[in-house]
Amino acid sequence: MQPFTVRIQHEVFDCGAEIARLSANPACGAVVSFSGLVRDYGDRQDIAALELEHYPGMTENTLHAIIQQARERWQLQAATIIHRVGRLALGEAIVLVVTASSHRKDAFAAAEFLMDFLKTEAPFWKKEIQQDGSSYWVEAKASDQHAAGRWQ
Amino acid sequence: MKLDILYFARLKDSFGMGNEQLDTEAASVDELLIELRQRGGNWSSELAAGKAFRVARNQELVRLDATLSDGDEVAIFPPVTGG
Repeated sequence: MQPFTVRIQHEVFDCGAEIARLSANPACGAVVSFSGLVRDYGDRQDIAALELEHYPGMTENTLHAIIQQARERWQLQAATIIHRVGRLALGEAIVLVVTASSHRKDAFAAAEFLMDFLKTEAPFWKKEIQQDGSSYWVEAKASDQHAAGRWQ
Repeated sequence: MKLDILYFARLKDSFGMGNEQLDTEAASVDELLIELRQRGGNWSSELAAGKAFRVARNQELVRLDATLSDGDEVAIFPPVTGG
């Protein structure tokens, strides 16, 4: 099993199966996961779907680099990052981060670190599509920059 | 020299293209931006100084004073909003 993996895909993924895969290592006493879902409000109300665009190549390189940084700060046995692109319906998972460690503190901290840097460094862009069919590009949030900044 | 230039998200929509090959003498990102702004319209407004956009050279984020070489892939895009 490849312990550190990054996947960018159009298809829906199975959060339970991904968590189970990282839970199979007897040296891992702690597995933490975060899944981000399509919500019914964003920059505006009545969101029906998202359209996710990315920069192929740079996205994967950036996510591998973020995992490498996390491994230098915490003791990690494994980590998975999956991010969907294309059209996503309300309630579907956009992103999954799973971290596995001997200890919960490392797994919790690393999962939060990976999400904070994914949101501010990985080249993904979200378009929100409203129920009436109108759409617009989401604006970057200062709160996300702040969240990533506290790890410096 | 030739550069492969990529645009993403709002900039792709605004410029009406996702990529182009440009024959240019621009020696830095700054000089490239000056050249692109001279196209006027959305080019000058989206790439105006003070507008929030990022530039990557060969898939790594760079500052505006980064130098450019023949064959470089340069991507210009809005601040990222994934996750």
